Amino acid sequence: MVPTLSIDELSVSFTHRIGTLEAVDGVSLQIAQGECVGVVGESGSGKTQLFLAAMGLAGDAEVAGSIRFEGNELLGANQQAINRVRGSKLTMIFQDPMTSLTPHLSIGTQLAEVLVCHSGLSWREARDVSLRMLEKVRIPEPRRRLEQYPHELSGGMRQRVMLAMSLLCEPALVIADEPTTALDVTIQAQIIELLRSVRSEAGMSLALISHDLAVVASLADRILVMYAGRIVENAAADELFRQPRHPYTAELLKCVPSLSGARLARLPTLAGQPPQPGEALAACAFAPRCPRAAERCRSESPVLAGAPTSQVACHFPLS
Amino acid sequence: MSNPLLQVRDLRVDFGSQTAVRDVSFELFPGETVALVGESGSGKSTLARAILRLVEPTQGSVEFMGVDLLKSAAAVLRAQRRNLQIVFQDPLASLNPRMTVGDAIGEPLKIFEPQLSSTERRHKITAMLERVGMGAALAGRYPHEFSGGQCQRIGIARAMVLGPKLLICDEAVSSLDVSIQGQIINLLLDLQLDTGMSMLFISHNLAVVRQLSHRVMVMYLGKLVEVAACDSLFAAPLHPYTRALLAAVPQIPPATACVPLSEGSLAGGSIVSGCAFRDRCPYALPLCASADPPLDEIAVGRKVACHRSHEALIPLS
Repeated sequence: MVPTLSIDELSVSFTHRIGTLEAVDGVSLQIAQGECVGVVGESGSGKTQLFLAAMGLAGDAEVAGSIRFEGNELLGANQQAINRVRGSKLTMIFQDPMTSLTPHLSIGTQLAEVLVCHSGLSWREARDVSLRMLEKVRIPEPRRRLEQYPHELSGGMRQRVMLAMSLLCEPALVIADEPTTALDVTIQAQIIELLRSVRSEAGMSLALISHDLAVVASLADRILVMYAGRIVENAAADELFRQPRHPYTAELLKCVPSLSGARLARLPTLAGQPPQPGEALAACAFAPRCPRAAERCRSESPVLAGAPTSQVACHFPLS
Repeated sequence: MSNPLLQVRDLRVDFGSQTAVRDVSFELFPGETVALVGESGSGKSTLARAILRLVEPTQGSVEFMGVDLLKSAAAVLRAQRRNLQIVFQDPLASLNPRMTVGDAIGEPLKIFEPQLSSTERRHKITAMLERVGMGAALAGRYPHEFSGGQCQRIGIARAMVLGPKLLICDEAVSSLDVSIQGQIINLLLDLQLDTGMSMLFISHNLAVVRQLSHRVMVMYLGKLVEVAACDSLFAAPLHPYTRALLAAVPQIPPATACVPLSEGSLAGGSIVSGCAFRDRCPYALPLCASADPPLDEIAVGRKVACHRSHEALIPLS
C-alpha cells in the first residue's frame, strides 16, 4: 500500500547573515493510511518546520529532498497541483486557532469557502455540509455558530472550528501542530477526545506534533522523537514509553512530572540546553547533554537504523 | 504555628461590571509554598497582581508582614515591595530588551540600596548571576542573546537580588520545555531552602504543582473552591471541579478515558446567584443554582466550597 505521506532525506534550511541555519537535517519518514504518528521534541527541534515544508508553507526556507503525498511528489510540483491537495486532502491545524481564522469573516463563510474552492459546491450546498461538520465536531448550537465571528468563540470552540475546516474535504492526512497547547487542561481533554473519535470515524491519518509527551501518548500509534533537526528515535508508542532506546527519549521521559508515584525533593532534569539556532553541533547533536556519550559520538554521526517501527539514531542505545 | 507572612481577607477585584476575584481569603506562612491552580480566566493572575497592588482591589485587605498593603501610603508600599517580588510567565517579555542583564538585575539594587557603591553592586550582581547558574561573564549581554530558560533564570535573579520574603511565580515555568522546566523548579526550591522565602506558585500544570507545593488552592471563576494540603488534595480531591481538573491531565501511559468536562456557559460577570461551577458539574443539585456554597473548613486545613462535600460522590469516569 502506498503510504499517505512519504518524506525522504528532507532538509529545511534558512540563509541568514550569520550563515545557513539547518532547521531540518535529512529527515525521512512515512505515515501509513489511517495511522496516527506523534512527533515530539523541544522547541527548535524542527518538528514544525518539517511539516510546514510538507505543506509547502516553509516560506523563505530552502527545502531539499522529497515529499510524496499519496505517491505524488509535492516538492517542486507546480502550484496548481499543490493547491489541489493542500487544504482538502492534506490539511493542517495550528496551535493558535485565533490567528488561524480570518477575523472579519463569519465562521460559516470561512468553512463554506473551502468546499466552494476545492469541491466545487455552491455556497448553499457548502453551507449545509459546513453545518453538518460543525455538528460532527460537537459544537453546541452549530447553526448559530455559522453566523458568528472568531472572536465570539472560546479558544476550545475555535479549535473545533479549525478541526471541522480541516475535515471538510475528507482529508487523507491531517497535521495537527500543538493543537491543544494553548488550551486549558479540561478543554485539552475534550479536543483529544474529539480527535480520537473523528479519527476512528473518518479513518484519516494524523500527524500530531507536540512538545507534550503525555498528549502524544494519549493518541499516537507510533512516535517520532526529534532533536536538533533530526529524528533520533522512531517506535510504537507503547514500546517507546515502556522501553525508550535513545538516551534523549529516556531522559526526556524522566523529566515529565507525574500525578502519581513518590514526590521528589528535586525534579529530574536534563543537563544543559537544546542547541541554539546556528550553534555548531557535535557529530551527535545530543552528545553534550548525554549521560552515555563517548568519544565516538563526537566524531561519527549516528544514523537512524533498525526495523521500520523500532529505529534509533545512537551509537550506544539503551536495551 | 508562626504568624502568617501574608494574610489576604475578602479580597475582591472588579473590572467594570466583571468580578475577577470574589472574596478570596487565605494565608501564607513563612517558608511555605502555596500553589494557586485553575483555568485561564479563573482570576489567578489578577489575585497575584492585586496582592502586589499592580491592579487595585475593590475591597478586602492584604496584610503582609503585619502591614495592610491596601491601606498603606505609597512610600510604605514601596518599601515593602522589596520583600514581595514576582516572576512572570514570558521571560523575554519581562526583561527590557535594551538593558544588559547585569543592569536589569542591578536596577532593584539601585532603587532599594542606593548607598551601595558601583563595585559593591557589581559584586552582588555577579554573585546573583552565579547563584542562578549563569556565568558572571554574561552580565554585559542582552536578553535576546539568551534562550527562554536562561531568560527565566535572569528574571529570577532580578527578583531574588533583594532577598524577598515572598516570591510570586506567575506561570513561571509554563512557557519552558519540559527538560528546562525541571531545572528552573529545582533552582526555585534551592533558593527557597537558602533564604527561607515563601512562594505563591501560580500554575495550570497540576503535575508540576504536586512536586513543589505544601498546600494547593483551586480557583474557579474568581472564587477559591478548594484549599488543601498538597498530598491530600491529590490523593482525594473533594470539589467536583478539582476532580475534573485532575482527571483531565494527560498521563503516561494514558489513563483510561474519562468523560471530559464540558465547556462552561457561565462567565465571571454573569453569576448572580448559586455555584459558578454548576453548569459544568455532573453532581449539581437544584440547590446549587440558588445558593452559593461557602468555602467551609471540613477538616483541619481542608476547605471546600460545595454543597455536596459531605457526600461520598461516585467517581467521574
